[in-house]
Amino acid sequence: MSQPLTPPKKKDPQKRSVVPTLPPLGRSRAALGLSAAAAEGRFALQHCAECGTVQYPPRDACCRCLGVTLEWSETETGGTVLAQTTVRASPDPYFRERLPWRMGSVKLDVGPVAVCHLHGDVARGDVVRMALKLDKAGQGVLIALPQQRTKAMEDDPVLRSLTAHPKHRRVLITDARSHFAAPLADALLKAGATRVFMGEPETWRRWPERDALAAMDGVELLPLDVTDAASVQKLAAQIGGKVDILINTARFIRPGGVLMHDTVFARDEMEVNAMGLMRLAQGFGPGMAARTADGVNSAAAFVNILSAYALVPDAGYGAFAASQAAARSISQTLRAEFRPSGLRVMNVYVGPTDDDWHQSLPPPKVAPNALARSVMSGLIEGLEDVYCGDVANNLAERWKVDAKVLEREMTGGGA
Amino acid sequence: MNDILTELALSIATGNTRVVDLTHTLDPDFPVIVLPPEFGQCARFRMEEVSAYDHRGPAWKWHNLTLNEHTGTHFDAPIHWVSGKDVPNGAVDEIDVSAFVGPVVVIDCSAGAAADDDFEMTPQIISDWEATHGLIPKGAWVLMRTDWSKRSGTEYLNMEEDGPHSPGPTPAAIEALLARDIRGFGTETVGTDAGQGAHYTPPYPAHYLLHGAGKFGLQCLANLDQLPPTGAMLIAAPLKIKGGTGSPLRVLALVTEGSA
Repeated sequence: MSQPLTPPKKKDPQKRSVVPTLPPLGRSRAALGLSAAAAEGRFALQHCAECGTVQYPPRDACCRCLGVTLEWSETETGGTVLAQTTVRASPDPYFRERLPWRMGSVKLDVGPVAVCHLHGDVARGDVVRMALKLDKAGQGVLIALPQQRTKAMEDDPVLRSLTAHPKHRRVLITDARSHFAAPLADALLKAGATRVFMGEPETWRRWPERDALAAMDGVELLPLDVTDAASVQKLAAQIGGKVDILINTARFIRPGGVLMHDTVFARDEMEVNAMGLMRLAQGFGPGMAARTADGVNSAAAFVNILSAYALVPDAGYGAFAASQAAARSISQTLRAEFRPSGLRVMNVYVGPTDDDWHQSLPPPKVAPNALARSVMSGLIEGLEDVYCGDVANNLAERWKVDAKVLEREMTGGGA
Repeated sequence: MNDILTELALSIATGNTRVVDLTHTLDPDFPVIVLPPEFGQCARFRMEEVSAYDHRGPAWKWHNLTLNEHTGTHFDAPIHWVSGKDVPNGAVDEIDVSAFVGPVVVIDCSAGAAADDDFEMTPQIISDWEATHGLIPKGAWVLMRTDWSKRSGTEYLNMEEDGPHSPGPTPAAIEALLARDIRGFGTETVGTDAGQGAHYTPPYPAHYLLHGAGKFGLQCLANLDQLPPTGAMLIAAPLKIKGGTGSPLRVLALVTEGSA
């Protein structure tokens, strides 16, 4: 049974903070398919187009018929643990710091035998559920999980290192005025977050929801405006060393395309949605990246809420979509920049949200609670890309199949 | 020899004439007017460091600024309002510079504003003031003192669900000032009009009537409590922005020591 994590003690100020190390980075190009699936929480393996054999580890030709068309597709997750071992010595800096480390071999129901990480609650002979998770190096790795939920299973050290669970962590929600800041704060605290800092832009402007938020136990409202570099730097100087998860909820949106839209609004959209993200990353990123190995309440994730129209614009919100595409691109650069630290950049893509700026649109629209749930499940599962709601999922699916066909559909006409 | 100017310069140098700063600091946290969100909004003041004696410029520090013509303590030119769009020389770069230096009178409405957020300056208040201090001179700036500049945070805009609540002039009061051929009208609040000024006829009477008549506005003023009711000189020169509808500016008053 997993030992429930206890709240971390205050740090010993005479001890050096542990410098992040990473598990091995090297992978074949074929194996990156594991990372792509893990990023979205899918369990996908290569299936031979000719003979149907499921492959593991990933390869360039079928292990049975040498066919070279190996397609990544969703795969049954069942398996049985054949053997287990405990690694007690390793020359690898990452594992050396985390010994002993259990590994096992699992006979997958779909065929292959895989060497993988074992959750603490599984043992030899157990029927298990396999999952693909991103490790600190951002590589997809297999872990055998108990088939049924076990008590405090998320506290297992191996599983925790593969996720960004908010338990005992301190979270910064960058814009408290966001429609879903309140349900998000509530969900984070229920999941065991120690504290939720909430950024309050323009403290000189009254807003009716403030009192309820300020009264929440564990919530602290602090001035933060992502359009103001000085404000971001000031808050980072205060709490930068205590932010384990940053969730950027700041967003500026106005309806309107490009031809008839106002560049003043477009500039605000860029300022908040794209440049704001850059300022937050500059302010909080280095501190977070330095603290990814800092014990139970280590820094774990930098989360962006992006519109699914970052992938392909809805012409009715053209300038906003441009700002989202810019933000998405910035987040991808951040992934590269945070890679050496193991700090995860998670993007949560959402379609039209149920708020004032989408009031005249028909459903489906994403409710604040639903968006909060998506963020939570992304953190708990340790994802990199989350699609919240029908519109975002549908857009992403079509975009993956053929981005140009989707563009043609979105720009009018088509099938 | 110009004796008046020489005397004035010496008087400033010796401190007999005091220079009072009527300007708020340009600060990212200073409130700006907030309109319904579907309208375009006034840009907040922002400073972005270009270099700070570092690799971006080793021996110098400087910033790029972002702001609206109407951010912070600012000047309103006639073309700011639709009623003044055809006023000749109605943009900040076209106004005769002699308009930027002149006499100023201060009508103290601070007691009323302390008691009532929606305090109105009426023609009666103007004539009562004149009964004590004499007629408002032609070409004078008229400033409405409310001590509103001492408020900060949410108390400044004082925005409620039915809009902002802050003191200002009634349409009749502005008509009365125009009848005296003033130069312009200034306030300590975020605009020259009352917070609830949209509900007058015409809406926003200070903007509508003043600018329609080619007069100027000043708002977000500070330190009006340091000015005498009459006898001071106001210096309010907006930036020379081509076609500008207004401008942030440093507003100064020359005050004879002991007169306030």
